[in-house]
Amino acid sequence: MNWADLNLLPASTELFMLTAILLILLVDMCLSDAKRGITYGLTLLTLAICAVVQVSTYTPYPVYAFSNMFVADPMGGMVKLAMYATTFAVLVYSRQYMTERGIFSGEYLALSLFALLGMNIMVSATHFLSLYIGLELLSLSLYALIALQRDSVQATEAAMKYFVLGALASGLLLYGISMVYGATGTLFLADVAKAIAGGSANHVLLVFGLVFIVSGLAFKLGAVPFHMWVPDVYQGSSTALAMMIGAAPKLAAFVFVLRILVQGLGALVADWQGMLVILAVLSMAIGNITAIAQTNIKRMLAYSTISHMGFLLLGLIAGTPEGYSAAMFYTIVYVLMSLVGFGILLAVSRAGFECEKLEDLRGLNQRNSWYAFLMLLAMFSMAGIPPLVGFYAKLAVIKSVVDIGLVWLAVVSVVMSLIGAFYYLRVVKYMYFDDKQDNSPIVVRADMKLVLSVNAVALLVLGMLPERLLMLCVEAMKQSLNAL
Amino acid sequence: MMSLYLLIALSPLVGSIIAGLFGWAIGRRAAHVVTILGVAVSAALSLKMLHAFLTGQAEVFNAPVYTWLTVGGYEFSVGFLVDSLTAIMLVVVTSVSLMVHIYTIGYMQEDPGYQRFFSYISLFTFSMLMLVMSNNFIQLFFGWEAVGLVSYLLIGFWFKRPTATFANLKAFLVNRVGDFGFLLGIGLVLAYFGGSLNYADVFAAAPALASKTIQIFPGVEWSLLTVTCILLFVGAMGKSAQFPLHVWLPDSMEGPTPISALIHAATMVTAGIFMVSRMSPLFEMSDTALNVILVAGAITALFMGFLGVVQNDIKRVVAYSTLSQLGYMTVALGASAYSVAMFHVMTHAFFKALLFLAAGSVIIGMHHDQDMRNMGGLRKYMPITWITSLVGSLALIGTPFFSGFYSKDSIIEAVSTSHLPAAGFAQFALLAGVFVTAFYSFRMYFLVFHGKERWMENHDSHHAHDEDHEDEEVTADHHHGLSPDETPHESPWVVTLPLVLLAIPSVLVGWFAIKPLIYGGFFKDSIHIDAVRHPGMTELAEEFHGPLAMVTHSLTTLPLWLAIAGVVTAWVFYMKAPQIPAKIKSTFAPVNTLLEKKYYLDEIYFAVFAKGSRALGTLFWKVGDMLLIDGLIVNGTAKLVGAFSGVVRKLQTGFIYSYATTMIVGVLALVTIWFAQLILR
Repeated sequence: MNWADLNLLPASTELFMLTAILLILLVDMCLSDAKRGITYGLTLLTLAICAVVQVSTYTPYPVYAFSNMFVADPMGGMVKLAMYATTFAVLVYSRQYMTERGIFSGEYLALSLFALLGMNIMVSATHFLSLYIGLELLSLSLYALIALQRDSVQATEAAMKYFVLGALASGLLLYGISMVYGATGTLFLADVAKAIAGGSANHVLLVFGLVFIVSGLAFKLGAVPFHMWVPDVYQGSSTALAMMIGAAPKLAAFVFVLRILVQGLGALVADWQGMLVILAVLSMAIGNITAIAQTNIKRMLAYSTISHMGFLLLGLIAGTPEGYSAAMFYTIVYVLMSLVGFGILLAVSRAGFECEKLEDLRGLNQRNSWYAFLMLLAMFSMAGIPPLVGFYAKLAVIKSVVDIGLVWLAVVSVVMSLIGAFYYLRVVKYMYFDDKQDNSPIVVRADMKLVLSVNAVALLVLGMLPERLLMLCVEAMKQSLNAL
Repeated sequence: MMSLYLLIALSPLVGSIIAGLFGWAIGRRAAHVVTILGVAVSAALSLKMLHAFLTGQAEVFNAPVYTWLTVGGYEFSVGFLVDSLTAIMLVVVTSVSLMVHIYTIGYMQEDPGYQRFFSYISLFTFSMLMLVMSNNFIQLFFGWEAVGLVSYLLIGFWFKRPTATFANLKAFLVNRVGDFGFLLGIGLVLAYFGGSLNYADVFAAAPALASKTIQIFPGVEWSLLTVTCILLFVGAMGKSAQFPLHVWLPDSMEGPTPISALIHAATMVTAGIFMVSRMSPLFEMSDTALNVILVAGAITALFMGFLGVVQNDIKRVVAYSTLSQLGYMTVALGASAYSVAMFHVMTHAFFKALLFLAAGSVIIGMHHDQDMRNMGGLRKYMPITWITSLVGSLALIGTPFFSGFYSKDSIIEAVSTSHLPAAGFAQFALLAGVFVTAFYSFRMYFLVFHGKERWMENHDSHHAHDEDHEDEEVTADHHHGLSPDETPHESPWVVTLPLVLLAIPSVLVGWFAIKPLIYGGFFKDSIHIDAVRHPGMTELAEEFHGPLAMVTHSLTTLPLWLAIAGVVTAWVFYMKAPQIPAKIKSTFAPVNTLLEKKYYLDEIYFAVFAKGSRALGTLFWKVGDMLLIDGLIVNGTAKLVGAFSGVVRKLQTGFIYSYATTMIVGVLALVTIWFAQLILR
C-alpha cells in the first residue's frame, strides 16, 4: 500500500467525524451530569460541520479513497446529508425524553455519532469488507444504545434479541459474500460486476450466495420474513431509540442494498428481482394487515415500517434508474414521516409516562391542536393521501413497477396501501373524534417544537412541490450509476 | 405581469380564508372589511387590465404558474391565460362581486352565518377567477367544480330549511350530469389532441383532426370533433342551465338573494358561455355541434320565458328570466357570434344583478315575503329600488339606448345571418322570446311597484299561495311578511348604493362598448371564427354603422315593436283589466297547468332518474352491499384479517429461537425456490 492511493480527501467528512467523536468522549469525561448540555451542543455542532464539509467536498462524479475501497459520489453525498439532518432531529427530539429518564449521557451522544459513522461507511463502501465494517459499526452501536437503559428489563431483552438475530443475519450475509468471493475471486464490487459480466463466474454458486446476501439485507431493512425483530425491538427500546433505529439506518440500508445488488450483482438482476418481489409482497401484506391488530402505537409503527420497506423494495424491483431514484425518494420521505410520528410520541410522553398505547393519543386535538395537526400530517402522508409527499413517494415507486410491466404488483401494493390507510386514519380518529382522558399539559422545549414543526410542515410543502427533491434524487442516481 | 395576475386571483382567496377560518375571532365587521378589501383589490386591478387591453397596451399572457405534478408525460399545472376574453370576464366577475359584497352587509345583517357567508362569496370569486384565467383544461375543471361547490354551499346556506337542502342537492346532482359530459369531453381532448391539456396545444392540434372519426359503438363512425364539442357543451348545459339540464336553477333561489345575483345570474351560470367562447377554435370546426347549441339555446330562450309568466315569487320570475337570457347567449354561440355572446354576458351581468338585488331590496322591504300578489304600489315607499328596477327591466327587454338593447339586438341579427339549418327555428324562438320577456318583466314591474297595496288587504292569503312549491315550513319560520298596518321602508344605503352603481352600467355600457367589443377586433386574439363557413359576423360588421344608427334601424324592425307590444299587454292585463289574466287562465287551464308544473320536467326526472336510481341503489344495497360487500368482503375480510393476525401473533411469540427459525425457514424457502428454478432451467 502506498500513501498516494489512500487519497483521503473524499473521506474527509468521516475522518473529521471520527476525530470529533473522540474529542467529545474526552470532553464528556470531565463534565458533570448538569453540564451534559455542552456535550449535546458539541454533538450538534459536529453534525453541522459534517454537513458543511460534505457540501464543500461535493463532486458531481464519484471519487475514490482508501485504495478504491471507499467512494464519495453524489448519491452517497445526498443520503449522508439526509442522515446528518435525521440524526440532528433525532437528538433534538430525544433530549428532553432522555433527560427525564436519566439516560441523557455522553455515551448516548457518542454512540449515536458512532452509529452515524458506521452508516457513512456503509453508504460509501465499494468493497465487501468495508461494507461489512460499516454495518457492524452501526449494529454494535445500536445494540449498545438500546442496552443503555440497563435497569429496564424490556430494553435489555430488546437489545439481546436484536443482537442475537443481528448476529445470525450477519452470518447469513458473510456466508453469501464468501460464496460470491468463491465464484468471482474478488471482494471489490466493481470487479465482482466485471467478473459476472465476463461469464467466468459459476452461476450456481453465485445464486446460492445471492440468496444468503438477500436474506441478510432483508434483515437489515426489516422485510418479511426477516422482520420479526422489528416490532419487539421497537416496543422494547425507549421511544427515542425506536425512532433512531427507524430513521437514519434505513437510509444507510437502502444505499447498502443498492451498492451490493445493483453495483455489485447487477448482472443477476433477473434472480434478485424475483426474490425482492416475494419480500415486497409479503412485507406489504403482513406489515399492513398486522398493524391493524396492534394496540401499542410503537408496534403499530413497527409494522408500518415493515410495510414501507415493502414499498421501497418496489423501486429496486424495477431494476431501472427511475426505479432506484424512486426508491431513494421513498426512503427519504419515509424517514421524514417516521421522525414526525415518533417525535409526537416523544412530545406527548413525559417523566413517568410513556405514550405507547393508541389510547394515549385520545383527544390530542383538545389537548394541543398544533401537535395533533402535525401528527395528522404524518399519518395522512404515511397513508399516501395527496397533497402530502407520501402520496408522491408511493406514486413514484408504483409507477416504476408499472413501467416494467408488473401491473399485478402495482395493484397488490395499491390494495395494501388501502388497507394501511385504515390504521393511519384510526390514529387521526383517536386524536380528533375522541375525548381527552389525560389533562396534563404537553410541555415541549422550543427548539424541539421548531424542528418538529418544520419537519412536519415539510411533508406538506414537499407534497405541493415534489419536483425539486425528486429531480435531485434522479440526478444523484444518474451521476453515481453512470460511473460504473 | 405574473404577480399582478396572481394578486387578482389570490386576494379574494386571502379574504375568504381570513373570514372563514378566523371569522369567529375577528367579528362581523372585520370579516366584511377584509373580504370587500380583497375583492376591491381584484376589481381595481381587473379594470386596469381591461383598460390596458382596450387601449392595446396589454399583451396576451400565457404561462404556467406552478406545476403540480407530472404523471406519465401528462402535466397537471396551474397556468394563466390572460387575453381580452379573460379581461372582460375578470371585470364582470370582480365588479359584480364587489357590489354583491357591499349589498350583503345590509341583506344579511341579522343572519348568524354572516362571516361564513362572506367567506363563501369571496371563495366563489376566487374560484371563478381561476376558471376564467385558466390556460388548461385541468384548471378549468378545477374552477368549474369549485364554483359548483360554492354554489352548492350557498344554495343550502340556510341548511336548516328542508327546501334549501333539497334545492342544493338537486343543483349538485343535475350539475353532475353536465360535469360527466364535460369530463368525458376533456378525456377525449386528452386522448386525441396531442396528449396535452393546454389550450394552445389543443387548438394547434385540432385542424389536423378535422376529418378524424372515432367509433363509440362498434361500426358507427362519429366525427371526433363533433363528439368532443357536444360533450363539452353538455358541461356548459349543466353549468349554464340550458334545457333540459336547467331544472336546478329556479330551485337555487332558495339561497340568499345576494348569491342569486352573483352566482345564479351574473357569473357562474355564464361559465358555460365563457367556456364555449374559449373553445371557439374547436366548435368552429363542427357545424353539427353548433346546430345542437342553437337548438338547445333557442328552446331555453323561449320556453323558459313562458314559465316566467306564471310565477308569483318575485325571485323566480327573475330566475326564469335568467334562464331565458342564457338561452339567448347560447344561441349567439351557435351562430358563431361568440363576441356577441360575451357582450351579452357582460350587459346581462349588470342588469340582471341589478334586478336580483332590487328584488332582494323589495324582499327586505316586504319583510321576507316574496309573493308578488302581496305587493303593489311600492314605488311610493321604495323610490330608489323602484327607479333602479325600472332601469333594469328596460335594459332587460331591450329598450333602445339601454345596454340590453345592443346586445340582444346583435344576437338576433347574428342569428339571422347564420346559415346553419337550425338558425331559422332559433330566430323565431328569439323573436317570440322578446315579446315574452317584455311581458313577464313588466308584469313583475307593475305587480310590485304599481297598483293597489295588496299586503293591506287580506293577510292570510299569502300563507296559502304556495301550493306550487313546497314553501310551507319556510313561510312559517322565515317569510313572516308584512302585516296590514305596516308600510315598507326603503332599504339602507349599503343595499341601495350597489343598485345605483349597477344601474349606471346597465344603461351605458352597451352604447360605449358595442363598437370596440364586437366590431373593433377586441377579441381577435382569443376568439377564432371560421369566416368562410360562418360568415355571419363579417356580414354583421358590414351592416354596423354605430350605436345611434342601430337605434334608428331598430325602429323599422320587429324586436322593438314586439317588446313594446309585450309591455303594453302587461299594462293592460295587470293595470287596466286585471280580470283578463284570470279569464285566460281558466280558458286555457291545461296550458296554465303545464306551465305551472314547469312542463312536468321535475316530475319526470323525479320518477325516472331519482326513483330509478333509488331502485337501482336499493338493489345494489341489498344484493351488492349487504350480501356481497358487507357479508362477504367487509366482514369476510375482517374475519380473514382477524384470523390472519391471530396466526401471525402466534408466530410472534417473543422467543428468539422461533424468530431465528422463521429466518432460517425463509432462507431455506428462497434457496429451494431458486434452486428448483436453476434445475428446471
